[in-house]
Amino acid sequence: MRRETLHAWLLLLPAAVLLASFTHIPAIETVVNSFFSTARGMRPSHFVGLGNYRNLIADPTFWQAMRNNLLYAAITIPLSMGIALAMALLVRGRIGGRGFLRMAFFTPTVLPLIAVANIWIFFYTPGFGLLNQIGALFGLPNMNFLGQGATALYAVAAVSVWKEAGFFMIFYLAALQTIPPSLIEAARLEGASSWHVFRRVTLPLIMPTTLFISVNAVINAFRLVDQVFVMTQGGPDNASTLLFYYIYQVGFQFWDTAYAATLTVVMLAILVAIAIGQFFLLDRKVHYR
Amino acid sequence: MKFTSLSKMIGGAAVLAATAATPALAVDLQFYFPVAVGGSAAQTIESLTKTYEAAHPDVHIKPVYTGSYTETVAKAITAARGGNPPQLAVIGAAEMFNLIDENIVVPFDGYVSKQEAKAWFGGFYPAFMANSQAFGKTWGIPFQRSTPVMYWNKDAFKKAGLDPNQPPKTWGELVTDAQKLTVRNADGKVTQWGVRIPTAGFPYWLYQGLAIPAGVTLASKDGTQVNFDSPAAVKAAQFMLDLTTRYKVMEPGTLDWGTTPKAFFTGNAAIIWTTTGNLTNITKNAPFPFGVGFLPADKHFGAPTGGGNWYLFKKSTAEQKQAAVKFVQWMTAPTQAAKWTMATGYVAPRPADWDTPALKAYVKKVPGALVAREQLKYAGPELTVYQNARVTQILNNALEAIMSGQKQPAPALKQAQAQADAVLRPYQQ
Repeated sequence: MRRETLHAWLLLLPAAVLLASFTHIPAIETVVNSFFSTARGMRPSHFVGLGNYRNLIADPTFWQAMRNNLLYAAITIPLSMGIALAMALLVRGRIGGRGFLRMAFFTPTVLPLIAVANIWIFFYTPGFGLLNQIGALFGLPNMNFLGQGATALYAVAAVSVWKEAGFFMIFYLAALQTIPPSLIEAARLEGASSWHVFRRVTLPLIMPTTLFISVNAVINAFRLVDQVFVMTQGGPDNASTLLFYYIYQVGFQFWDTAYAATLTVVMLAILVAIAIGQFFLLDRKVHYR
Repeated sequence: MKFTSLSKMIGGAAVLAATAATPALAVDLQFYFPVAVGGSAAQTIESLTKTYEAAHPDVHIKPVYTGSYTETVAKAITAARGGNPPQLAVIGAAEMFNLIDENIVVPFDGYVSKQEAKAWFGGFYPAFMANSQAFGKTWGIPFQRSTPVMYWNKDAFKKAGLDPNQPPKTWGELVTDAQKLTVRNADGKVTQWGVRIPTAGFPYWLYQGLAIPAGVTLASKDGTQVNFDSPAAVKAAQFMLDLTTRYKVMEPGTLDWGTTPKAFFTGNAAIIWTTTGNLTNITKNAPFPFGVGFLPADKHFGAPTGGGNWYLFKKSTAEQKQAAVKFVQWMTAPTQAAKWTMATGYVAPRPADWDTPALKAYVKKVPGALVAREQLKYAGPELTVYQNARVTQILNNALEAIMSGQKQPAPALKQAQAQADAVLRPYQQ
């Protein structure tokens, strides 16, 4: 028995060491750092208690980044998941050009986000950009999507939806293919309409996948900010600043590492809360077999 | 068996040869460099370094490409905090006070004799030294330096009935010319804008192309004060906004940097402001004859400088520092500076560089390169203060808010001044 315990620990050791040194210890250090001031050259860091957190509450940019991020999540998560499911349903059946369609839907996922964002800048460019040229055919006025506070965040969100939907589609496609056809045939025999079959048979059976995707989508809504770097640098006037981008800015451009640690703690807390909520609340609606 | 002993012998000989080729006291150096323009910047740096190594077998130099300016300063500070900095790095001139504040760089003065120092530091254009010297010491050696200029489409000027060889020289002329150059179709939709000043991401740089002519230097020499809410600063911001809303000669909203040359090529904008670093790109790709000129004057001509300097890092041996300074002296000598300018489009930072036969031949081919040099007489330093990134971001936010119509110039800049004062207060004794 003892020996088995020892073996178990030895087997766990490599993973434990990696996790501890790259995840757990840095996370704890981040929390510790958030209670100290930033060291600058001659002035060493000293304990400031909740000072950084008080600054955070008084920091309008932080609140703006939070608001932006929540709006960004509220747009990108349902939209990318909805489109993913619709695309999966479309390319599941026997239709002409299925292979081509699947590939086309999945392509955005394969492309690096930085490269993609650089291309999207040209789509959005006022005047000679693709979207404005299409708009001009229908007599729409010139739009400066990335240069207006009212549209910049939506323009950035659209890129994420376009990028993520194809990735999530793959999971839905796999889930849809595991549904036994007999269940759907049985429902049909009972006279259920297509919509009814989808709502009562398909949807409940792919709930585990939906949960998995939604967890990923939430994490990505806070984690994927590459396009902000390329397209807007958070502008104009922080209109498209997301929490993670702001952390980078404070940490690696302003070099206020203690305040960046404070922001990171807040972001971690939000993500943990959401993940716990998802697993415990949604679990009741999910049927694992 | 035989084979192993033979290979051992060869191996031994190789080791011997290698030791023989290297003097016992070889110095190892490493430097970080960013690439911010297209062209062959990275290859040029590497080939220059190889040339130097070949002539100086007692020095080994490893150039390390470290991404953009922002990434390079981030990597250099991280490495220095971790106790393992490079001996040298090319970092934005505006980061000077930041690096001093981090206490990771040393001035170059201690490693050259008094006469040498005078000849070397004194040989650069004063506009470039303005944010390379502080507290009576020289902390940065100008290397990849730039300045913004105005490019205009000569065909568009002809079509608008303007003299294609007379660019606007004042703000007033800029407005009247741009009004003639702004073309609207039957529905009143603009098909060609008069002027385009990119204002997205880092509007502070080109904004200084208006603020300096209006008569304000945005930062004090010691890097502890800013003048964001001075009347001249407000006037410059108001003019930038007026181009879009009052005169309607510039696309409203903030405008992206990267797409600006493209807007010029496609005829979307007849006049653009951008860095001299784009000269090679525009020369290659503009499908029409174009001119290069000074940014228009208000009280006087003026433009900010930009780009990167060589910095010497503190944590290395005296020997390494001595060798590093020698290397920088060589890299910034006229012959090398001329090669560097022709490969990248950066402005050669010393009058002596322009006397080299190579650069003399180059300006005959690309006369636009001379404009940047002439404009240097009127140029001022770009915003260079302590906590530079944070203070710059404050100004960027204010300018973006102004250009996207969220705030009026005077209150936006007043708020920016208050925010910057709060950041800089610890540095103002």
